[in-house]
Amino acid sequence: MLRFDHVCKRYPDAGDALMDVSFHLGYGEMAFLTGHSGAGKSTLLKLIAVIERCTRGQLFFDGQNLNRAGERQIPFIRRKLGLIFQDYKLLNDRTIFDNVALPLIVAGYSPQEIPRRVRAALDKVGLLGQEKKFPLLLSGGEQQRVGIARAVVHKPAMILADEPTGNLDPELSLEIMRLFEQFKQVGVTVLIASHDIDLITQMGYRTLRLDHGRLAAD
Amino acid sequence: MKTTSQQRNRQEHRKARRFDRGIAVKLLAYLDSHGQAFFSSLGRLLRMPFTSLMAIAVLAIAIALAGGFYIIVANMQQLTGSLESSNQISLFLKSNVSQQQGRTLADKLAARADIRRVKLISKQQALEEFKKYSGFGDALKALQQNPLPHVIQVLPENILFETPEIKQLLEELQQLPEVDFAQMDMQWVKRLQAIMQLARRGVMLLSFLLGLAVLFITGNTIRLELQSRRDEVVIAKLVGATHAFIQRPFLYSGFWYGFFAGVIAWLVVLCMVLLLEQPVERIASLYDGYFQVLFFGVGETLLLLLISAVLGVLGAWLVLNYQLRQLQPQ
Repeated sequence: MLRFDHVCKRYPDAGDALMDVSFHLGYGEMAFLTGHSGAGKSTLLKLIAVIERCTRGQLFFDGQNLNRAGERQIPFIRRKLGLIFQDYKLLNDRTIFDNVALPLIVAGYSPQEIPRRVRAALDKVGLLGQEKKFPLLLSGGEQQRVGIARAVVHKPAMILADEPTGNLDPELSLEIMRLFEQFKQVGVTVLIASHDIDLITQMGYRTLRLDHGRLAAD
Repeated sequence: MKTTSQQRNRQEHRKARRFDRGIAVKLLAYLDSHGQAFFSSLGRLLRMPFTSLMAIAVLAIAIALAGGFYIIVANMQQLTGSLESSNQISLFLKSNVSQQQGRTLADKLAARADIRRVKLISKQQALEEFKKYSGFGDALKALQQNPLPHVIQVLPENILFETPEIKQLLEELQQLPEVDFAQMDMQWVKRLQAIMQLARRGVMLLSFLLGLAVLFITGNTIRLELQSRRDEVVIAKLVGATHAFIQRPFLYSGFWYGFFAGVIAWLVVLCMVLLLEQPVERIASLYDGYFQVLFFGVGETLLLLLISAVLGVLGAWLVLNYQLRQLQPQ
């Protein structure tokens, strides 16, 4: 699913963020990405979502060399991904339904199919019946679950989560992680960046640890 | 053997049908996304009436200026258009030539092959006409004697074009002993036409500049709209929206701005024409003329709206093409 081959990323003003990172993630595998802040976790995820491009090395996603992907191909790569953010990145002036429907509308799903899929996704995260509410009326944990519903509504091949539990208390965090576990069980590849070591050890999955841009442990 | 090939045929047929349905669904979703952008951009415009009205008013003024000048020139052209056919020569006779001598000369000229028609206007007739239409009647009464000469109007055979023959005729007539001064009316018509051409060119240039203004004003309005919807654009990009998908509603916004500005500009020019109609017609009647003030026809109205809308879309497109590339998720 995902292969990093001696990947380096250097920002012009901030220096090296990733140095010689190589690993492979199989289809349907779930893994954690950890390390101190500034270790390069977010940069690594951005490279997969083609928000940034690597300066050296090769990066393969679903058999496609991301280095060679042109501007026009980027939207179609991102449609295979479900992105989840620490700050949820919801549109606060839109209803929950509209927020979750966005990836479907963007990908040109038919108007008949959209409500069905949105409800299925909301059902999976336990928010069915809240479609008409606005995000700010929900608690942090609920907002993150809306974010997860949005990330999985179009059935992506891989979920990328950047500190998804960063703003949540331990109990809610575990709940969210169990949710990711469920997606893994239906064959979705999951990569979660987190610095919550306790939670990661509790889950017991493969862990990639970054240290100052280098892969320190796998 | 036969059944397997039939089965295969049926299978392929089914596959093709599914493919067709796939395309139909995609097309439907595509049209739906256009429809949604079309109406949602209109809705957004109506939801903030003050901001959009300000932008539309500025656009409308620019378009109305161009349209107004166009109408003025069209009306002036109508004026010169009626003069175009006059290629006549006026012969101002010497003051010592009597009316009888003038009549004889007129008859002699009328017999010529290169002259179609001749008309003698005696000095008395000319004075009467002048009194009647100039408004200087009372002042003219104070004159001891009639200062006007007899005039013979000569209409050459070839009335439309200025040919060497007409020039030769003019010179010949100028040489006649009774003639003080021969003038071809075509000359001032030509000058007027030259001025009109200049005016037309001027309106074209002005319209071009005002069109550019419309382009930049819409562009700037769309840029502000884009800034206020930054988050939405970034998130749409993150979930895999194409450039075309993101810019679509903004292009429709540009369309609405241009279209509404065109409609308002049309109304503004209509008001201008209605306000000017009466005074213009009074002037026309004073000059013993009939003059119908022209306004945009159906074709011109549609063209005005089309150009306004296209400028709106183009202005939006120019800005989006640059700004959307800048707006990347961080």
